Amino acid sequence: MESSNTIIIKGLYKRFPVGKGEFTALSDINLNFAQGEFTGLIGPSGSGKTTLLNILGSLDVPSEGEALVLGNSIGKLTTHEAANLRKVSLGFIFQSYNLLAVHTVYENVEFPLLLLKLSATERHKMVMDALEWVGLTDKIKSKPPQLSGGQCQRVAIARAMVKKPSLVLADEPTANLDAANSHHILKTMETLNRELKTTFVFATHDDKVISYLRRKVYLLDGRIDKVEVIHPNS
Amino acid sequence: MKLALKLAYRNLMGAGLRTWLNVIVLSFSFVIIIWLKGVMTGWDHQAKTDMTNWEIGGGQYWHSTYDPFDPFTITDSHAPIPDELKKREEAGEIVPMLLVQGAIFPEGRMMPVTIRGVNPSQNILHLPVKELITNDGTIAAIIGSQMAKVSQLKEGDYVTLRWRDANGTFDATDVLICHVFSTNVPSVDLGQIYIPLSTLQEFALLPGEATLITLKNAEESATEYPGWVYKSKEELTRQVDEMIKTKSAGQTVIYAILLLLAMLAIFDTQVLSIFRRQREIGTYVALGYTRQQVVGLFTVEGSMNALLAALLSAAYGIPFLAWQAKAGWTMPIDTSEFGMAIAQTLYPVYSLGLVAGTVAIITITTAIVSYLPSRKIAKMNPTDALRGKLQ
Ligand SMILES: Nc1ncnc2c1ncn2[C@@H]1O[C@H](COP(=O)(O)OP(=O)(O)OP(=O)(O)O)[C@@H](O)[C@H]1O
Ligand SMILES: [Mg+2]
Repeated sequence: MESSNTIIIKGLYKRFPVGKGEFTALSDINLNFAQGEFTGLIGPSGSGKTTLLNILGSLDVPSEGEALVLGNSIGKLTTHEAANLRKVSLGFIFQSYNLLAVHTVYENVEFPLLLLKLSATERHKMVMDALEWVGLTDKIKSKPPQLSGGQCQRVAIARAMVKKPSLVLADEPTANLDAANSHHILKTMETLNRELKTTFVFATHDDKVISYLRRKVYLLDGRIDKVEVIHPNS
Repeated sequence: MKLALKLAYRNLMGAGLRTWLNVIVLSFSFVIIIWLKGVMTGWDHQAKTDMTNWEIGGGQYWHSTYDPFDPFTITDSHAPIPDELKKREEAGEIVPMLLVQGAIFPEGRMMPVTIRGVNPSQNILHLPVKELITNDGTIAAIIGSQMAKVSQLKEGDYVTLRWRDANGTFDATDVLICHVFSTNVPSVDLGQIYIPLSTLQEFALLPGEATLITLKNAEESATEYPGWVYKSKEELTRQVDEMIKTKSAGQTVIYAILLLLAMLAIFDTQVLSIFRRQREIGTYVALGYTRQQVVGLFTVEGSMNALLAALLSAAYGIPFLAWQAKAGWTMPIDTSEFGMAIAQTLYPVYSLGLVAGTVAIITITTAIVSYLPSRKIAKMNPTDALRGKLQ
C-alpha cells in the first residue's frame, strides 16, 4: 500500500562529477519506507549512506530516478518548497553534529522552533522536553565547545527531535556516545517512534543501533546489498 | 526580519570577544576617519582665521592705488586718514597702517623690506606691536620668525633700516629688533618689518597718512571715502577660499582612501568569517532556512556590527572629538619647517554631514560586504556547505 509510505525511492542514481568523469555513489536504489518505520542504512564507509540520507533530506537531488518524501518529489521541488519540507517535517542528526558554536544548548535546540510560528511558552516547553529526552537539562546555558562529543551529539539529537518531525534522518547518531548513553538515546527515539509515529532512518555501522532497527538495509558500493526485516516477535 | 534580528543578536553576543574586537576595530575607523577629516577641515578654517586675526580683521580700506602684488605702487599709496576714521581709531575700531618701501642691512647684506607703521596701542590685529613701546628713545622694530631666519636677525640685534621719504630722499637709522613673533600667515612675516606708526610717518614725511586701514569688525555697509577703496572680508579671503576649494579636492581623495581602507578591513573580516561559517550556513539550510533568510541573517548581522561600532564610537568618539575640537591637536613635528601656513596646533572642525556620511557609508558598506559573500554561499549546494567545501 503506497499511500502509507513516507518515502518511496524508484530507480535512484546519484553521480558526482569527479575530475573529468563521474563517480556513481548510488545506483539503482529502489526502496520504500512506511510511516513509523525504524530503519537503518547499514554499510561500510563510502557505501553511500550519507549521500542517500542527504537526498531524502532534500539537501541534494537524485541524478536519475525518483525519491518521494512525504509526497514531495525531491529534485522537482523549488528551493522554497524544499526549505519548507525541511522546516516542517524533517529532523536531521549529522555525523558531525553541526551545532551552532556561539549559541547555548538551549538556543541550539530552540533554533528549529524559531522558524515555526510558535509562542515563547510553547517553545520553552518543547525545548525543555527535548533536553529531558537526552538528559541535558542541566547544561542549558553551556555552549557546544564546552561540551563533550557525546553531549554535543545529544544536543544534536534534541534539536532534530524537538519539533516532533514526521521523519528523522540520523547519520551515525551514536558515533560518539558511550554504551549507556547510546541505549538511553535509542530508547528515547523508540518511544517517540511509537508514540508519535515518527519515521526514523538511520545511517550506521554501530551494532548498538543495528540491534534496535526493525528493518536493515545493507548498502555496498552504492547498491542495495540485502534487506533484513526483524519481526516483532523474533 | 524579526527572526533575523533576534538571531543576528544571538550570533553577535554569542561570539563575544570576536564580536567586540570587530566592533572596536570598526569603531576606530569611524572615529579616526571623522577626526582626520575634521583636522583637515580645521586646517582650512585655521588659515582663514589666522589671516583674519593677523592681517585683514573685519575688512580693509586700501589707498586707491595700493596693490599688494605690485610693490612699486607702495611709494605713492598713501593719504591722510579720513577724519571720521580717525575718530574711530581712538575708539579702537580701526587700525591704520602706513607702508613704505625700504631695506635693511643685516651684516652688510641688503634686503628689501616693506616697512609697516602700526600704532603700538592697537589691539585689533594679533601683531604684538605693544613690544614697540620703548622708554629710552630707541627705535624698536618687530619681525616675524621666517623673516628673522632669512635675515639671521634675533631679538636684541640692531639693524640698519633705510627708507625713502616723501621727497624721494634716502635716509637711514639703526633699529632694535625687540621681538620676533611667530605667525602662520606668511604675508605678514616675510619681507616685513614693523615700527611705530608715528615714527614711520615722521621718517617718511607723511604725517597723519596711511596706506591701509583695517576694521575691527565686518561692516554691513561701509562708508565710501574718496581716495580709498573698501575691501570686504569676503573679498580679501577669496583667495584662501579658492585655495581651500582646491585643497578639499585632495582631501576628498584622502577621505576616500581612508574609507576604502576601512571597507577593506570590514570586507576582510566579513568575508573571512562568512567563509569560515559555511557549515553553519549549511546547517541553517538543513534546518529549513531559505536562502533569502540566510542572506538576510548575515546582512542584518553585518549591519548590526556596524551599528554597534557606531554606538561604541559615539560613546568614546564624541567626548574625544569634542575635546580635540576644543584643545586642538598639536602636531608632533615643528611645522615652521614646512614653509606654508600650518599652525602647530590644529583645531578639528566636524560637520554633521561628515559624521552622518561616514557612519552611513561604513554601515552600508558593511551590509553590502556581508550580503555579497553570504549570497554566494547560500547559493551553494547545502551538502557542500555542510562539508565546508568552499575554501
Ligand atoms: N560531493 C561529492 N563529490 C564527489 N564524491 C562524493 C561526494 N559526496 C560523496 N561522495 C562519494 O560518494 C561515496 C559515498 O559517500 P557517503 O558519504 O555517502 O558515504 P557513507 O556511506 O556515508 O560513508 P561513512 O560511513 O564514511 O560516512 C564516497 O565514495 C564519497 O567519496
Ligand atoms: Mg556518512
